[in-house]
Amino acid sequence: MSMNTQGRPTRMDHDVDPGAYEDTLSGSRGLEQAEPLLFERGSLDVSGVDLPEPRGGKNRLGGMKRERPIGLPGLAEPEAMRHYVRLSRKNYAIDLGLYPLGSCTMKHNPRLNEKMARLPGFADIHPLQPEQTVQGAYKLIEELARWLMVLTGTPAVAMSPKAGAHGEFCGMMAIRAALDARGETGRRRVLVPESAHGTNPATAVQCGFFTDEIPADATGRVDMEAFKAKLGDDVAGIMLTNPNTCGLFERDIREIADLIHEAGGYFYCDGANFNAIMGRVRPGDLGIDAMHINLHKTFSTPHGGGGPGSGPTVFSDALAPYAPLPFVVQTKDGVSLKMAENPGDVAGSDAKPFGRLTAFHGQMGMFTRALTYMMSHGSDGLKQASGDAVLNANYILASLKDVMTPAFEGACMHEALFDDRFLKDTGVTTLDFAKAMIDEGYHPMTMYFPLVVHGAMLIEPTETESKSGLDRFCDVLRGLAERAKAGEADRFKAAPVHAPMRRLDETRAARSPVLRWLPSEDRPE
Amino acid sequence: MRYLPLTPADRQNMLAKIGVKSIEALFTDVPEAARLDAPVDLPPHQSELAVERALTKLAAENTAASSVPFFVGAGAYKHHVPATVDHLIQRSEFLTSYTPYQPEISQGTLQTLFEFQTQVALMTGMDVANASMYDGSTACAEAVLMAARVTRRKKAVLAGSLHPHYAATTRTTAKYLDIQLVSSAPDLDGLSGLADLIDDETACVVIQTPDVFGRLHDLTDIAEKAHQHGALVISVFTEPVSLGLVKSPGDMGADITVGEGQGIGVGLNFGGPYVGLFACKNDRNFIRNMPGRLAGETVDADGRRGYVLTLSTREQHIRREKATSNICTNSGLCALAFTIHMTLLGEKGLTRLAQLNHETACDLADRLSGVPGVDLLTDTFFNEFALRLPKPAAGVLDALVEKGVLGGIAASRLYPGELDDVLIVAATETNTDGDLAAFETALREVLS
Repeated sequence: MSMNTQGRPTRMDHDVDPGAYEDTLSGSRGLEQAEPLLFERGSLDVSGVDLPEPRGGKNRLGGMKRERPIGLPGLAEPEAMRHYVRLSRKNYAIDLGLYPLGSCTMKHNPRLNEKMARLPGFADIHPLQPEQTVQGAYKLIEELARWLMVLTGTPAVAMSPKAGAHGEFCGMMAIRAALDARGETGRRRVLVPESAHGTNPATAVQCGFFTDEIPADATGRVDMEAFKAKLGDDVAGIMLTNPNTCGLFERDIREIADLIHEAGGYFYCDGANFNAIMGRVRPGDLGIDAMHINLHKTFSTPHGGGGPGSGPTVFSDALAPYAPLPFVVQTKDGVSLKMAENPGDVAGSDAKPFGRLTAFHGQMGMFTRALTYMMSHGSDGLKQASGDAVLNANYILASLKDVMTPAFEGACMHEALFDDRFLKDTGVTTLDFAKAMIDEGYHPMTMYFPLVVHGAMLIEPTETESKSGLDRFCDVLRGLAERAKAGEADRFKAAPVHAPMRRLDETRAARSPVLRWLPSEDRPE
Repeated sequence: MRYLPLTPADRQNMLAKIGVKSIEALFTDVPEAARLDAPVDLPPHQSELAVERALTKLAAENTAASSVPFFVGAGAYKHHVPATVDHLIQRSEFLTSYTPYQPEISQGTLQTLFEFQTQVALMTGMDVANASMYDGSTACAEAVLMAARVTRRKKAVLAGSLHPHYAATTRTTAKYLDIQLVSSAPDLDGLSGLADLIDDETACVVIQTPDVFGRLHDLTDIAEKAHQHGALVISVFTEPVSLGLVKSPGDMGADITVGEGQGIGVGLNFGGPYVGLFACKNDRNFIRNMPGRLAGETVDADGRRGYVLTLSTREQHIRREKATSNICTNSGLCALAFTIHMTLLGEKGLTRLAQLNHETACDLADRLSGVPGVDLLTDTFFNEFALRLPKPAAGVLDALVEKGVLGGIAASRLYPGELDDVLIVAATETNTDGDLAAFETALREVLS
């Protein structure tokens, strides 16, 4: 036995198996603290905010005063701090490790972005302040718009969409407005590849269109013969993600653009995967008419556990007049910002805005972060970033193609797509494989999407991963694939065992939904 | 470049493993004519210091709300946010996580969303709430679409005092869905004419309280009329702090309540990001028709309580063209900020905060309506009210800026060509007596 001078043992001196004592009295497990709901912890009498005593007396509520208690518990500041810090530790995060969700572009979120977005001159200004007091904010939006238009090779951008799907809506509404202006009331069919993100068909329907699926060919791209066969005078346009959700560049994109234009339709490009090509290819040169850009993917604004996002949408000359208010246009004299609340301000121009997408002017907080990121990289850095993103994905593909099954032949763009053929007859599913990655300390890849590939595993590493980090990741995936093939299915079925929770019962959650906390006396049996 | 870990040697080794000579060789699927050889025509990379200098200079061209007597509202409100809130939302685990698709390693986000949903349901007096929308205006638009689905009707009646941006957003969203929108005239006195627009074809009636002019409305009577016709009542708010002091929409008969949550936990941010709140009654048909994400309770394989995203068969990634909405990314981090601020306030703090807002606004209304030529147009309000001025409000506001006061919003900015002489003024707990006095003095000078 080893002892220090006070007799305290400095190494384990009993021959015991710690694994037999994993249960605890508190439910906590060392650093991992069990944490009940706020409603089981807080009190109606406690507040963590000091506010002066109201004077009482004045009341202009006109009999509208609330008479019943609300039932909102409060916590003192130290308790609130612990509550949320403890909860935070049950989350995976980019700052913790590789987050290879395909088509989500989970890259490093620089903290300079956060610092700039919090400057009072940006964070503490009101959208309807007198315009002379927010000139710097207009200039920032104008500058970001300029970067986006240069990078995409387009003449106009609508800045107000709140997220990617909102940008899709913006683009498809402009298409609908342009068709209406042409008197084309019969064009309602929108072609959507079957590999498309679910937001595409959902968006098309919200604009009064219906969708028609285009199958993929054997290389994972649009089946050109099927596409051509679907063209006709009822086609409003195509919604195409490029690079597509299989991680592949649509080689025939110029021809697709020409054909859809010849057929009288428009080309909506889903820009979710712009990170693969920024600074290397301008979508405007490929013949697109509208494309949203996810600032929370390509330009590193944090995803925050489900938003906020921001989805500025660029337009070709054909659609630019229909952009919503407020919007930005490039003219001979430079970039001009139409921020006016008054639609009359566009009178006399050729602008025919289709309407307003949201209150105010868009996600200013995201604009500041995105511009900070873009200025930090510069044109050279953005080009290197997209190159490294594609390089990293191809490195994963090359490192794993002998043990996992790539869905398609050849190089990929910024994400590597595998199917589940390598798990055939192992008893291990894509879901099991993903859950086993959790035990190894990784967030799983996007699974079961795109739908065109069986048991899809879509891995997007992004450019902010190091080679040594990718090597470790590939070693783990290789090892898991080998374990699956070696018949260790039970290990996969049990996974995860090292996460804060074991597998959760999603069927039960959906069958009898419990969507809020209720006091025990109000809970159904 | 400081954000790119690969070294030139790494790149060479990786290219060798892949079996190509250059990164460019990975882009051969791109049509050759579209490949750019040189970087695009934008400035090169810059150091952290250089970027910070450039942006700080730009920020200095704006007048921050905290630096002046500030009374601008109409859908976004200046409130104090405790330092704890901003610290916690910058925890890596909250800030840099994705939508919680893998619940075993996302319980932090999921449990806070469950708490958020419960808080929103309690405040609004509704039964359930979703995990957030982009903002109040898009929540309002989605509520109208939901009411049309639930009732299988195609007509929506909007109060004229609904924030015009909300009405415009709703018009855009419903434009091609064969939903007829009818609106009453903007009425500073009440809701006259609104009830007459409700008939047996009406899916919903949409009323904001406090409305865009600050006036409070009791929805009880109009809810009764709407329900007689089988229509739903959608209650809208843009100031969540009001719910600490006034009757909840649920207590007044609302079926769906939507609003802007910015006033709790989220800064002004020049209009975004904000957080849309969406709540409704506990009705199977309602819940199946809700837009957006929902966190729900369940158990894990060991029987321990946990949370997952649920009822996703409503959503675009499962239902595609049959989804209730196309929304995917929502406003998770702002929802978290809302929840943390609300947890710090608790009922006690929220009630007191609301009282302080109301009293400050009452004081300001008394001061400003005492200025010669100025009339108070809204006799019942929470923390915002409308004034009639003897001159066009836009010019008065510009003159107030010269005196260092940001004195509200000209109603004509929201209703172009109308209500030229109406000024909308908000006061919150952040306004001191000195601010109120400064505003009164400046207004007297400008109008004299």
